[in-house]
Amino acid sequence: MSNDNQTPEGMTIVVKKICQFMAPTIFLFGIYITVHGHLTPGGGFTGGVIMASAFILQILSYGSFLDKLQQEKWHLELTESLALLCFLMLAVLGLLLATTSVFFGNFLHRGSFGELISGGIIPIGNIFVGIEVCAAISSIFVALLIFKDKEA
Amino acid sequence: MSTLIPLYIIVPLGTAFITVFFAKWLPGLGKYLINLALLFLTGLTIYLVIHEPQTMIYRVGGFTDVANIPIAIFLMIDGLTKILLLIISLVGLFVAFYSIKYTKQYTCEGNFYTLFGLMLAGMYGVVIAGDIFNLYVFLEIASISSYALVAFGIEKQQLEATFKYQILGGVSSLIILTGIGFLYWATGTLNMPDIATQLPKHDTFNIFVSVLLISGFGLKAAMFPFHSWLPDAHSSAPSPISAMLSGVLIKAIGIYVIIRLFFNVFSLSYEIAMTITVLGTLSMIIGVLLAVGQWDFKRLLAYHSISQMGYVFLGIGIGMLILSTGGDGKIAALSILGGLFHLMNHSIFKALLFLNAGSVEYRTGTRNLRKMGGLASRMPITSATSFIASMSISGIPPFNGFFSKIIIIIAAIQARYYLLSFFAVIVSIITLASFSKVLKYAFAGKTHEKHNEIKEVPVSMSISMTALALLCLLMSLLIIPSIREVFLTPAINVLLETSQYSVSAIGI
Repeated sequence: MSNDNQTPEGMTIVVKKICQFMAPTIFLFGIYITVHGHLTPGGGFTGGVIMASAFILQILSYGSFLDKLQQEKWHLELTESLALLCFLMLAVLGLLLATTSVFFGNFLHRGSFGELISGGIIPIGNIFVGIEVCAAISSIFVALLIFKDKEA
Repeated sequence: MSTLIPLYIIVPLGTAFITVFFAKWLPGLGKYLINLALLFLTGLTIYLVIHEPQTMIYRVGGFTDVANIPIAIFLMIDGLTKILLLIISLVGLFVAFYSIKYTKQYTCEGNFYTLFGLMLAGMYGVVIAGDIFNLYVFLEIASISSYALVAFGIEKQQLEATFKYQILGGVSSLIILTGIGFLYWATGTLNMPDIATQLPKHDTFNIFVSVLLISGFGLKAAMFPFHSWLPDAHSSAPSPISAMLSGVLIKAIGIYVIIRLFFNVFSLSYEIAMTITVLGTLSMIIGVLLAVGQWDFKRLLAYHSISQMGYVFLGIGIGMLILSTGGDGKIAALSILGGLFHLMNHSIFKALLFLNAGSVEYRTGTRNLRKMGGLASRMPITSATSFIASMSISGIPPFNGFFSKIIIIIAAIQARYYLLSFFAVIVSIITLASFSKVLKYAFAGKTHEKHNEIKEVPVSMSISMTALALLCLLMSLLIIPSIREVFLTPAINVLLETSQYSVSAIGI
């Protein structure tokens, strides 16, 4: 039912254009919330959800094909498990590298309070959590879409 | 040695994530990886039980106490924890080995082992957490992965069961979280040893929070008025998962937490002890009465889980009653010994019974006892092992169930709870009757015509069942004083010296 020349129907041109403007902004905002997790309210989970919403907005406005979605879902699952593994590795690195050598131990410079590059391993952990949550929320959405398409 | 504690979290979580990452390229990786992981963790646990008698404390992130206030997340291993770690690892290992062949029938095996690993990580986490909020987080990991595992075969019955399980599980999590919120509000700390020192003594607030926590964790442990989800969820799940749920999960995230909270965190009170004893006795009686009439093999076993958990609560409850009224410490110790010993024994024989039911279903395709019959000649190993497990659960010597039940009954008599000991004996007799029915209809008699062609289950499944059956016999040895002192006595001491928990952790 689908081939490369065809594009899915999606919504009207008005919605598509607005989404073209909005989605990158939302995605950038998500990144901002994630990397400032140790300084301002928010963090990996919140930022991840915002980033995922940018993807969801695009899929909703532009429409999608079933086989593309299935491929996309696999990529999302891969990203998700990779981010989780990285997070676990970060915690284990604390065990190996930190001077106190404990699980989740800090092995980076703490920096000075209030700066973006500070807080030791916490911002890095936040980034992995952000990627993980973004991929997880998107893959839940894609899974629901696949379910709906298969039903139809 | 306490540096090894985080391995209980790292290893199962790592296994789960690696399995899902390589699922596309190496679909069989997960099943072998989880077996190796559990083999390693079993070895580690046995090592810790034998060589590390004292309480071990681990501060995650290495944060030291500030002005005597513990700010780090605590991971703690003491005698009671070790018992739970041992049964999670042992039962998990044999169930994972059994699953190697059993899960061939599913399309995405990788996901099964990922969820299995997550469930294990959740249970290990609940047991070793020394911080009540982390306990809650791990409890949710274990519960949510178990919801998915119950529905793994996506048949209508399984989806219905998991829906019921999720709703009641969600309600219980909400109640538990409310309770934890109140505790945090009153004490300003989430660290369990610290809560124990900060908590106001004997007032309505304590009773209110206790009721919230008993109902929340009682729902997870399927105590009497909260048991309705268990027969559906445990009977519809894939059999290895039923074995994990009935054998380990309800103990790790239900009974263990109740014991830990009401012995070590809250001060012992007569009212709470009475509530636990009465609810335990009611679970024991009602569970077995509901079980007798069942014709679905796994549903019958699920009702017996409720009943046998009643024994554990009875043993623990009588111990609590004696301690809270200042009675003879020796009788309390005996009663708690019975309860904890039965907890260990039940995890072994109930896991074995569910694996037996799984084997029968694997070959005959039915769970209805009326449609079986004469399987003893066709499936000798399944038949022999389920005979051992049935005798064990009914309390027939020399199997392990006999010793734990007799200890509970003797303790009840010594504590002058004659009625309770009478009920314990009666329930045991009804259990025997119920399992005689299983043995008669499933394994004895003439073979059904359509079952003439069936064979014994594959080797890996038989090995798991045989090993668990051997454990049913070997666990009886725990009654010998020198062995008991290594495994059970440290756990009993944790519960008898209730304030020692805080002293060993934060020195107050």
